[in-house]
Amino acid sequence: MATQSSRLAARLTLAPSVIVLFIWMIVPLALTIWFSFRIYRLLSPDRTGWAGFRNYVWFVNSPDFWLAISNTLLLVGGVLAITIVFGVLIALLIDQPVWGQGPLRILVISPFFVMPPVAASIWENLFMHPQNGMLASLALGVGLQPILFLENYPMSSVIFIVSWEWLPFATLILLTALQSLSSEQIEAAEMDGAGALSRFRYIVLPHLTRAITVVILIQTIFLLGIFGEIFTTTQGGPGSASTTLPYMIYKQAVIAKDIGRAAAGGIIAVILANIVAFFLMRSMGKNLDV
Amino acid sequence: MGKITLKSVRKAFGEVDVIPGIDLGIEDGEFVVFVGPSGCGKSTLLRLIAGLEDVTSGTITIDGKDMTELPPAQRGLAMVFQSYALYPHMSVRKNIAFPLKMAGVSPEEQERKVQAAAKVLNLGDYLDRRPGQLSGGQRQRVAIGRAIVREPKAFLFDEPLSNLDAALRVSMRQEISELHQNLKTTMIYVTHDQVEAMTMADKIVVLNAGRIEQVGSPMELYRSPANLFVAGFIGSPKMNLIEGAEAARHGAATIGIRPEHIDIGRGDWHGVVGLSEHLGSDTFLKVMADGLGTLTVRADGEVSIKAGDRIRMSPQPDKIHRFDKDGKALA
Repeated sequence: MATQSSRLAARLTLAPSVIVLFIWMIVPLALTIWFSFRIYRLLSPDRTGWAGFRNYVWFVNSPDFWLAISNTLLLVGGVLAITIVFGVLIALLIDQPVWGQGPLRILVISPFFVMPPVAASIWENLFMHPQNGMLASLALGVGLQPILFLENYPMSSVIFIVSWEWLPFATLILLTALQSLSSEQIEAAEMDGAGALSRFRYIVLPHLTRAITVVILIQTIFLLGIFGEIFTTTQGGPGSASTTLPYMIYKQAVIAKDIGRAAAGGIIAVILANIVAFFLMRSMGKNLDV
Repeated sequence: MGKITLKSVRKAFGEVDVIPGIDLGIEDGEFVVFVGPSGCGKSTLLRLIAGLEDVTSGTITIDGKDMTELPPAQRGLAMVFQSYALYPHMSVRKNIAFPLKMAGVSPEEQERKVQAAAKVLNLGDYLDRRPGQLSGGQRQRVAIGRAIVREPKAFLFDEPLSNLDAALRVSMRQEISELHQNLKTTMIYVTHDQVEAMTMADKIVVLNAGRIEQVGSPMELYRSPANLFVAGFIGSPKMNLIEGAEAARHGAATIGIRPEHIDIGRGDWHGVVGLSEHLGSDTFLKVMADGLGTLTVRADGEVSIKAGDRIRMSPQPDKIHRFDKDGKALA
């Protein structure tokens, strides 16, 4: 009796926030779905009416679509791979007792506090610029031609910049996970004859799986929507070489001013995100259980 | 074989000498207990032997070979940790097999040894479980199993029973003693519990502030403690220590008499009973003795003395321990 009424009370008191969250989620989604089936062009406001699936058909059939999808997945996968591999290595490194550990850790974390367009501008103008960039003068210094990073390797460059921004996040999460590993376990493995590599493989890495799962899930959410870095550096180019799904939607909405098609693209992005989330949870969800 | 010799082993952490210099010989097959209050350096000493800490100076030899500079894995010792230090993501089977796997033993051989260890430790039904699904005593057994399969020269136990409840502690204590009788391997056991030390050890090493106070068999330490520290540490309840005129009468700065060596009924010690603890088999009385301070006295389980009663007592003359003003025992 008591449990039943207290459960009811819990539901009642939770209800307002659940309702607000639901409205917060459902209104934009519903509006986007609505627009995606409408003819809604800002350049020809007189033409209105239902578009049926034509917005979707146009979006999927547009020449950049599959490139944008693969670029999006490449960006997510590439950044995840780089941040996790180097995140684990850097976390192992700065977990060692060294002089100046505090400032060192702050330095390692600091890229995360730089805003995406600023980070992208720094890399574009100070490092990757073919005339003024540091990498260019390094190349010239040893007698090589400067590499045109953003022109010849646009996707790799964007992946690199985004990885630089997200590496601190991965490092931070993995470092805290590393610090929660009991030293007696490491010592036990040492007594059991496990060398440094075996200790890493059989003790440290299994201990980190949950943290790695958390990093993958959280980063995927943010990486699917990466926009600022591309906008600041390559503008999706050269041509469409570094166009991702969010950038394609932006082009439809702001450059072509076709809200209907952009909304259709948005719904496709939501579906893509859900497919990715489904596979992630299926393959890694069990790592989150105790 | 497992003969371990420490020669002037010193360990300093920065400026602090945790162990200022220890010489100790441990014979093959001995069950040695390091006992002492917390912070006395007993765990550090064990870790030095294991190789988990580097000695600052001195040498550690095992079976005549200098092992001072060798990493833990090459010393041929196995350790059971206080927290058990099981690998949480591996099944019990994999935990026990881990040292064999690291040694490159074939899978069939691994399985054979795991089964043998599981049989000794009654773990047969749990081999596929994870450590998280086991009780404290079972985890303890897995940790011991992981140590056994390596067939080490010596087992090192670092306060292995301190995370168990009282009843389990007694039964695990017996299991470890039986294990020692069956394997006849050298065992070094660290504890702060003098009951564990008394019941399990062939040889007790009493440590205080990084120094060895006394080495001997449990009964040697009980009968003839070398100094006040050992006198106060070994035996439960503690030995009564009396200073002043009564001590001077025996030609000592301090005399000690164990609660079980004071007879009640007659004698020239008088006192008022403050508290009586009935354990069933024994009764321990706290007696406010005139001119002597508070004494603990053991009486019969059935004794009918109550708080507030005035009693007479006498120490058994041949059981009085005499100590000089530096706390050393007088012959």
